[in-house]
Amino acid sequence: MQDPLKTLCEDPLERRWVWMSLFLAVLVGFVLGLYALSSNIHPPSNVETIDSTRLHLTEEFAEDNLGVKQNEDGSLTVTMVAARYGFFPPEIEVPTDTPVKFRMASADVLHGVHAPYTNAATMIVPGYVSEFTTSFPTAGKYSFLCNEYCGLGHDSMWSRLTVVDKSAGGAK
Amino acid sequence: MNDYKAPGLALANMWVGFIAFAAAVLLGVYQVVERIDLVPALKSPELYFGSVSTHGVLMGFVLTTFLIMGYGYYTATTSLKQPLWNKPLAWFGFYLAVIGVLMAAAPLLTGNAFVLFTFYPPLVAHPTFYIGAVLLVVGSWVWCLEMIMSTMKWKKANPGETIPLAMYGTTANAIMWLFTSLGVAAEVLFQLLPWSLGLIDTVDVGLARTLFSWTLHAIVYFWLFPAYIAFYTLMPKQAGGKLLSDQMGRLAFIMLLVISVPIGFHHLYMGPFQAAGWKFLHMTGTMLVAVPTLITGFTIIASMEIAGRLRGGKGLFGWIGKLPWNNPMVLATGLAMLMLTFGGFGGVINASYSMNVMIHNTQWVTGHFHLIFGGTTVIMYFAIAYYLWPKMTGKELHSNGMALKQLWLWFIGMLVLTLPWHQLGLDGQPRRISSTPYDAELVEKWIIPEMAMIVGGVILLISALMLVYNLYRTHGNQVAVAVPEVEYAEPVHSIARMPHLMNSFGFWVGLIIVYLVASYGYPIAQFFLMETFGAVPWSI
Repeated sequence: MQDPLKTLCEDPLERRWVWMSLFLAVLVGFVLGLYALSSNIHPPSNVETIDSTRLHLTEEFAEDNLGVKQNEDGSLTVTMVAARYGFFPPEIEVPTDTPVKFRMASADVLHGVHAPYTNAATMIVPGYVSEFTTSFPTAGKYSFLCNEYCGLGHDSMWSRLTVVDKSAGGAK
Repeated sequence: MNDYKAPGLALANMWVGFIAFAAAVLLGVYQVVERIDLVPALKSPELYFGSVSTHGVLMGFVLTTFLIMGYGYYTATTSLKQPLWNKPLAWFGFYLAVIGVLMAAAPLLTGNAFVLFTFYPPLVAHPTFYIGAVLLVVGSWVWCLEMIMSTMKWKKANPGETIPLAMYGTTANAIMWLFTSLGVAAEVLFQLLPWSLGLIDTVDVGLARTLFSWTLHAIVYFWLFPAYIAFYTLMPKQAGGKLLSDQMGRLAFIMLLVISVPIGFHHLYMGPFQAAGWKFLHMTGTMLVAVPTLITGFTIIASMEIAGRLRGGKGLFGWIGKLPWNNPMVLATGLAMLMLTFGGFGGVINASYSMNVMIHNTQWVTGHFHLIFGGTTVIMYFAIAYYLWPKMTGKELHSNGMALKQLWLWFIGMLVLTLPWHQLGLDGQPRRISSTPYDAELVEKWIIPEMAMIVGGVILLISALMLVYNLYRTHGNQVAVAVPEVEYAEPVHSIARMPHLMNSFGFWVGLIIVYLVASYGYPIAQFFLMETFGAVPWSI
């Protein structure tokens, strides 16, 4: 088959480079897609709406129901509210190597959260519930830092995540 | 006569850009010092976030828009060798954009618009901030119209001829910007402005961010386009050689035009308001948009090799030493290519559907775009200015030696600033913080890269002042310019007959519309199909 690029460039080396560039782009996309599907790695994308002004009236995000809960299959669900300037509840403790599903909602403006050295992260958008699942292989103290500018007190918006060794007791 | 070239119009636009740039660099130095709690007296979240907002607006919207407009006007007249389509209208667009900047500046400087340059709803700014932004964008639309109409006028006068590559790229950028700016225009006109005026009570933050993402990626290509145009059409001649391939330049410009806009969701990976499949679709487009950059890298380095060999360079790498590195355009191209390579590696991580989570909204991202924008793009703005100032003023550049030192300082300063930022990002430091009141164990790891970033910031400030001084002194230079004409690079192979698709835009505009509807149609429509809850305005 004749190279369709032949009418565009005279230089055979250049044509080879164009094909290689296309191949590279496709390859990177393919590898990322493969990992996303085979290891089930997806960004938080649940598209679930909620009225942020009435979080306290919902069952899930009412103050008494926030925090860590054990599910029937042994995994955990952590429900949290982000509001200027803190994450509630401010201290979370989970065991190592256990799937943890985080569900978070904002009570006011846009927030974000990430815990350095883990892959726990999401944007927390007023009007929407954020959900992601991860697990923590290494025990230790981690921080939840707000990473979306949310007002003048943004810097001080952070909370504590403690991961305890599963064999040494696990979650309360 | 120089009159048809409209150097005054180009100079006015570019000066506004560089004045904004100098002010923004000054703010940048304040930010790197404030941010790490080094001097307690400087500590102030109000000043910091006000400074970050102003720095972003000045660099991202003012420097870029005015530089692009000025360069575009001068390219239109010098490459097409005809007067502008409508010069009074171009001046009107300039003044409109200046008024827009001044209107946006008032609330920024008085503490009523600390919402960063990405607007951050439901934080709200004073309405004049949004009105100013709209006027700036409308001013840039006048420029787009001028570019498109100038090209059409030329085509009518020169039937069957090939549009010069410099103008083909400039027109592609104008068309791309018209599509790109629709997202932010819709967000401001239908959501933020009526909401800040109290005409509507709430805005849907998911919709607002989706519309902003429409603009947010392609806007960086709007900024980058002039750099690529200078690579292809100015540098090869300055290096003493020829452009390897005119058609490859066109192909790169067309790919940027078509692919840049419909891929904005890599800014929304962490947003819960868009579904995973759409994010993946946008990622594949994001990877494809690397192709025109890879093509450009090859063609430009090959063109440099041609020049080096023509100048007597031998062997595998001998041609590199033979290149005229004392020419600012050649030096800037070499340094820009290096920064583009570093920045590109980081960019692939940001663009990755599954890897983004590790660095999202950390200082890594700030490092990435300062390398590509502050590095690659802005260093080429300097090179364009050094090349065009003598042509536009009729005077030789005040000091070529100072220009070379300035470019080197900018390169070094940018690396010292941004490479540690990547490290900070991997160590979890969020971007956009004015202090670090976190766990001591975490903060300790940040100290050394933070010290480096201050050094980088100061080097960049010195470099920026050298640029402005050199350009300013050029106006008063007694030595008349030796080569008053803009010398566009010739391709190695002369073009016998350019394929119609590479000498026109109609087909490509149709393709963008189809691609945009496919990638943004449902993701925008969903906000009107499901029950959503808007957010009321919040002050900072």
